[in-house]
Amino acid sequence: MATSFSVQRKTAGDLTILTLNGFLDAHTAPEFEKVVQQEFDAGNIRLIVDCGELTYISSAGLGVFMSFIEDIRDAKGDLKICNLTPKVAQVFEILGFSSIFDMVPTVDDAAKRFHDGVD
Amino acid sequence: MASIERTFTLQVPSNTENLAMIRDFVNGIGLRAGLSAGEVAKLELAVDEACANVIEHAYGPEVTKEVSVRATLDEDTVQIDVVDTGKGFDPAGISQKNLDQLVAERKSGGLGMRLMKTLMDEVHYEVIPGQKNELRMIKRLKK
Repeated sequence: MATSFSVQRKTAGDLTILTLNGFLDAHTAPEFEKVVQQEFDAGNIRLIVDCGELTYISSAGLGVFMSFIEDIRDAKGDLKICNLTPKVAQVFEILGFSSIFDMVPTVDDAAKRFHDGVD
Repeated sequence: MASIERTFTLQVPSNTENLAMIRDFVNGIGLRAGLSAGEVAKLELAVDEACANVIEHAYGPEVTKEVSVRATLDEDTVQIDVVDTGKGFDPAGISQKNLDQLVAERKSGGLGMRLMKTLMDEVHYEVIPGQKNELRMIKRLKK
């Protein structure tokens, strides 16, 4: 019984949207880390992470967000998180992520904030 | 009337691929204890964090080792003991830095322990040198 997790990628103009699906734990976090690293290395630093299909997150998954956000912002980009289910949102809130990350309800909201220059 | 205590144990090889199995086990324990769905989710996450720490830090690459999760239920509490025979740690040495500092340093260490302490009513850690490390977490049942 392995944990199921996948990331779907699409672009909208200069925005890259990563849609997470399944369980993001210590087993699957390296896969997500690799994806974000690839985007960063390719210069794709306007990232929207859609968590609508993410059913579970542990600190290993949260750690991926934490380890990249400073480098992405230093490069004048941002990583915006959207569409959190209540269960996953609770974990972000417990650790105080809302003070660090731009978290919005929908992908469209995230895109609008990029276009409005809210980095 | 004396309370009836029930104990359940799951022992799995030290590999992160087994975290899903551990969460399923804990889910069953939470349901049996009569916890709400939200409380069961918190219990699952706390135990996941404890076991991930064991697998990644206490044992490291030693996948032949085993992680033991023992759940004890009584009328008032759910007690979870996560036991390993790997490298112990000093809880006092865990980073107390705030989130801003961790982000600035590109670090995420200590988040798991923060979650455990928030999600559970009690968290205790004991190292018995040369024998085992035991993390005990207690959730009190609301009546």
